[in-house]
Amino acid sequence: MPMNGYYGFYHDNLTRRGRLMIQQALNALQLGSIYALIALGYSMVYGVLRLINFAHGDIFMVGSYIALYFAVKLNLGAPLTVLATMAAAAFLGVLIERIAYRPLRSAPRVSAVITALGVGIFLETFTLAVVGPQPQAFPELLPKIIYKFDGIRTSSTQLTIILLSFVLMVALDQFVQRTRTGMAMRALSWDLHLVSLMGVDIDRIVSITFALGTSLAAVAGIFVGLAYPVIDPYMGIMVGWKAFIAAVVGGIGSVRGAMAGGYILGAIEILAVANLPSTYRDMIAFAILLFILLVKPSGFFGSPVSKKV
Amino acid sequence: MNQPLLQVDGLKLAYGQIIALHEVSFEVAKGEIVTLIGANGAGKSSTLRAVSRLLPPLAGTIVFDGHDLTKLAPHELIGLGIAHVPEGRGIFGNLTVRENLLLATFQRNDWDGINADIERVFSLFPRLRERIEQSSTTLSGGEQQMLAVGRALMMRAKLLLLDEPSMGLAPILVKEIFRIIVELNKQGATVLLVEQNANMALKISQRAYVLENGRIVKTGSAADLRQSPDIRKAYLGDD
Ligand SMILES: Nc1ncnc2c1ncn2[C@@H]1O[C@H](COP(=O)(O)OP(=O)(O)OP(=O)(O)O)[C@@H](O)[C@H]1O
Ligand SMILES: [Mg+2]
Repeated sequence: MPMNGYYGFYHDNLTRRGRLMIQQALNALQLGSIYALIALGYSMVYGVLRLINFAHGDIFMVGSYIALYFAVKLNLGAPLTVLATMAAAAFLGVLIERIAYRPLRSAPRVSAVITALGVGIFLETFTLAVVGPQPQAFPELLPKIIYKFDGIRTSSTQLTIILLSFVLMVALDQFVQRTRTGMAMRALSWDLHLVSLMGVDIDRIVSITFALGTSLAAVAGIFVGLAYPVIDPYMGIMVGWKAFIAAVVGGIGSVRGAMAGGYILGAIEILAVANLPSTYRDMIAFAILLFILLVKPSGFFGSPVSKKV
Repeated sequence: MNQPLLQVDGLKLAYGQIIALHEVSFEVAKGEIVTLIGANGAGKSSTLRAVSRLLPPLAGTIVFDGHDLTKLAPHELIGLGIAHVPEGRGIFGNLTVRENLLLATFQRNDWDGINADIERVFSLFPRLRERIEQSSTTLSGGEQQMLAVGRALMMRAKLLLLDEPSMGLAPILVKEIFRIIVELNKQGATVLLVEQNANMALKISQRAYVLENGRIVKTGSAADLRQSPDIRKAYLGDD
């Protein structure tokens, strides 16, 4: 990098662009992490059951409220709040599958999708009835420290979101790739019935899949609460749709696809917001969905063959 | 005959309105190789599916080693030592060869034993060893069949239910598969075999049942059936 004044004009220009890019990358990673965590649940459930669980966005919202309860009412510290919220959300996911989806496992998929929409509306209205419609402030679980390096602004919250999401996703990926339970999850997406011939209890694997998906969505709920920092009973709708788009972009049914799709969507949205009027943001996300469905319905990581990963 | 390992009585099974099995009764003694022969659509696969609990029968009893199988879920059969290699092999194409073998050990935790069994599969089927990390969709039909039998081996099965293991294989591989079935039987596995290739199947089995339109119409020692003119005409390709 040039050190003398002569190149200063260019120097400043370049670093300003560089700074802006790093700043946007951080923001994109934060948003993308949240989409990716939620997209994983859509993708995993679709992988094992061929069900698009449209209640998933609302589970993310409920996760926020559960965390609010644990943090404010029970005064659990940050680590315990996260763990207890994940456990409670996992329980909720398992319960929803048990009550609402399992009886429909061999019914036409349309019936199951309509049931999922119904479960989502139930979760919204139930939350509305319990907490009321007004947005609530989410507590700062961690001491919020703002870092500024050379004009780049980030915070302990943002870095925590990015790093913890990454750790959770690597852990999930390893679980799915290396353990026999993970193999069974993948095998289920190939052929639901044959898996039982391997001695695998299909119901248990489906429950584990729901537990993993909903607990990650609840972590995303905590992250949104920390980053924005208000939550409301309808927050799951738009974020849920976006995460669903991320899952489709990555190739629904694929774990790594959902992660990539989340980051891709996060990046596109941040770029759109930076360069276009902010009202374009959602429109762009949906335009991407339509475009992907047209040109590459199986997404970037999905396999084009009939039996999906 | 000593106390049968598997005893099926009055089995009746339907797909919706279509009755696939009207009345199927047979037994398999410990250590035997028994073949079910029958034309396409006779109900051979349906019989195996009923035994391995993939389909609930309308009537009938299935008793294995003193256990009433109709009370169990499909995944509980492995614990009793029953392995079903289904029609079309049932390989998980999105898993590698190693993962297919490991998945079959889902209920085991004896890792020394598991690793030893993987070695045993590879010594029986050296071609699989070279393809261990390969996605199993890339395997040839013969290799997939080897993998399917290998998986059954990983389950340490006492009773193997094999549905047309020779289907779609070149003659040399058919021989190889039958050789291995005999080998597994010598090592202690009881085998219930379903085959289109009735000639080969009757050669390696002790007894056989003939299935027609969901009913057992004939039974006897494999040697006798091979001599029977009806059987020769219908299933062994005699004119
Ligand atoms: N999934 C199904 N749905 C409806 N009918 C079925 C189904 N599977 C089998 N059947 C019917 O049940 C009967 C028995 O079929 P099964 O598959 O048991 O025959 P098979 O003896 O194994 O024949 P193949 O030699 O062709 O494999 C047939 O009439 C078949 O059409
Ligand atoms: Mg058949």
